Amino acid sequence: MKTMSYTEALREALAAEMKRDDCVILLGEDIGRYGGAFGVTRSLLDRFGPQRVINTPISELSFVGAAVGAAMMGMRPVVEIMFMDFITLAMDPIVNMAAKLRYVFGDQARCPLVIRTVAGGGRCYGPTHSQSLEAWFVHTPGLKVVAPSTPADAQGLLISAIRDDNPVIFIEHKMLYNTKGPVPVPACRPVPFGRARRISRGSHITIVSWSWMACQTEIAAAMLREEGIEADAMDMRTLSPLDIEAVVESVKLTGRLLIVQEACRTGGVAAEIAARVFEAAHDYLNAPIRRVAGPDVPLSASPVLENAAMPDAERIVAAAMELVNFR
Amino acid sequence: MKKANRATLIGYYRTMVVIRRFEEAVEQLFARGVIRGTTHPSSGQEAVAVGSCAALGKNDYITSTHRGHGHFIARGADPRRIMAELFGKSSGYSHGRGGSQIMADFRLGFLGSNGITGSGLAIATGAGLAMKLQGRRSVVLCFFGDGAASQGTFHESLNMASLWKLPVIYLCENNLYAMSSPVAETVSVPHIAQRAEAYGMKGVIVDGNDVLAVRDAVAQSCFRARNGNGPELIECKTYRLSGHSRGDPRIYRTREEEALWHQRDPILRFRTWLIDNGFLDKAEAKKIESGAARIVASAVRFARTSSDPDPDAMCRGLFA
Repeated sequence: MKTMSYTEALREALAAEMKRDDCVILLGEDIGRYGGAFGVTRSLLDRFGPQRVINTPISELSFVGAAVGAAMMGMRPVVEIMFMDFITLAMDPIVNMAAKLRYVFGDQARCPLVIRTVAGGGRCYGPTHSQSLEAWFVHTPGLKVVAPSTPADAQGLLISAIRDDNPVIFIEHKMLYNTKGPVPVPACRPVPFGRARRISRGSHITIVSWSWMACQTEIAAAMLREEGIEADAMDMRTLSPLDIEAVVESVKLTGRLLIVQEACRTGGVAAEIAARVFEAAHDYLNAPIRRVAGPDVPLSASPVLENAAMPDAERIVAAAMELVNFR
Repeated sequence: MKKANRATLIGYYRTMVVIRRFEEAVEQLFARGVIRGTTHPSSGQEAVAVGSCAALGKNDYITSTHRGHGHFIARGADPRRIMAELFGKSSGYSHGRGGSQIMADFRLGFLGSNGITGSGLAIATGAGLAMKLQGRRSVVLCFFGDGAASQGTFHESLNMASLWKLPVIYLCENNLYAMSSPVAETVSVPHIAQRAEAYGMKGVIVDGNDVLAVRDAVAQSCFRARNGNGPELIECKTYRLSGHSRGDPRIYRTREEEALWHQRDPILRFRTWLIDNGFLDKAEAKKIESGAARIVASAVRFARTSSDPDPDAMCRGLFA
């Protein structure tokens, strides 16, 4: 184990997979000399050359489409979309091509494509650089959706994503890049999709989240412990496939479920988790399922407004206390 | 038109006639309600499909459009399996999952027709990138229509392909209408090929109803692309003789204009040329035409008698 940042862990995973497999190429805006807007690909151009680290024009629609075409022809492209908000420009190749190729064209087709992108608020980047759009992709059959919160998971899940023969939307978070944690070295241990990671064990309430909210949940769980409340907290890690079994098992023990998502409330992944848990375990629930989520408005640039809109540990604690006290 | 060997020329003619008979049969089957959904017939554009595919080698690749039956047949696809796909049967190229607009056969280098206008341009660009990175000498032929020349993928893809010198031939089938919109209302320049200059590549205008002119133009572009000279844009001027899709009342164009283009029908033109130049006589032509009708009848029979896909298997095969 070695302590490294989320950014370094991602970079190590990219470098390890590029070394392991010549078919892995990187495509994206400013990922070459500049190293990407958040520095994830820094040094990779020097290490692997311009044939493998391809700086693209600002043409999300077509470089994602081209990545789909290259994946169909046996390459394993890893595309960087600088901000998840910009993925709106590339919805056609993702939704109409990548997600459907295998289903429609059958065994002849394969689309080993990773789209790395940066979601979330916290930096006051405003309405078009702060969105959490994971629900759209979870709602699209044929895509896998990943949203790691720790450096170790970022590395292990990215390795799995690159080795996967299907399109993967890999969601990073701008608040996580500088966070540090233990990571296995050398970078070669894939973390499997579809398995939640337990943040803390407890029997009073189940709390599930992902990405930056998993970090807030971890803080919240520690605060709750001081109040004598033991939370069974989970980081979903992958949203498609979703480890709903782990959540259901936990709810059967705790009888209470709190779901935390940064994205706006309506139509989110939290709603899907709530529905599935209710379908599978409503008899076990001792309180209504609750969500802590962003409000149904665009995220503002003003620090005051952004802060008011983003769920955090305090809000998670408050909601958890209400749920635990529900009679 | 340049000469070539007789069997090859007759082969072009046969394929063009098969495509026409196929599209006619499809239109009738839709009109009678035998097949459902939608379809975009390519009648009138056979010279583009057959001429350009004739210029490709077997290791080359194609991306096609929503109007793709002709391209697929010209590339050697089995008309029976195309028809079965239109019937929604399990023996269809996409096992009933794709329909008229979404079929592929990677072994033929046919990377798929496409239900989204302009989507194939980016796919072709990526396939070209893969060819370059893998050090292969294959080229990618990208069909698209005049309507797609207004999509972002056209402009973005031509820019990237030119920057990276990719072996892609962007072949525009300008049939004068994007559904109901005349090309003059949607394209800001007289010729789509002029746009090549904006991206630093060669643009070529071809009579798209002359199968040999199309073949020769595509062959020249392929030669240059294969040798590392990068992409080219070919604009084939043509006309779709039928409506945009099933049930199109064609209120946006006159019957006189259609009659004019019927006189320029690429199949009749090539037939006349073959006969005038002694490659074919009327009896042989008739034989080819009835042979094409038999191929299509057998495709319809095959499709009709194929089994339906199994709804229980509907949720399988989403992931590799």
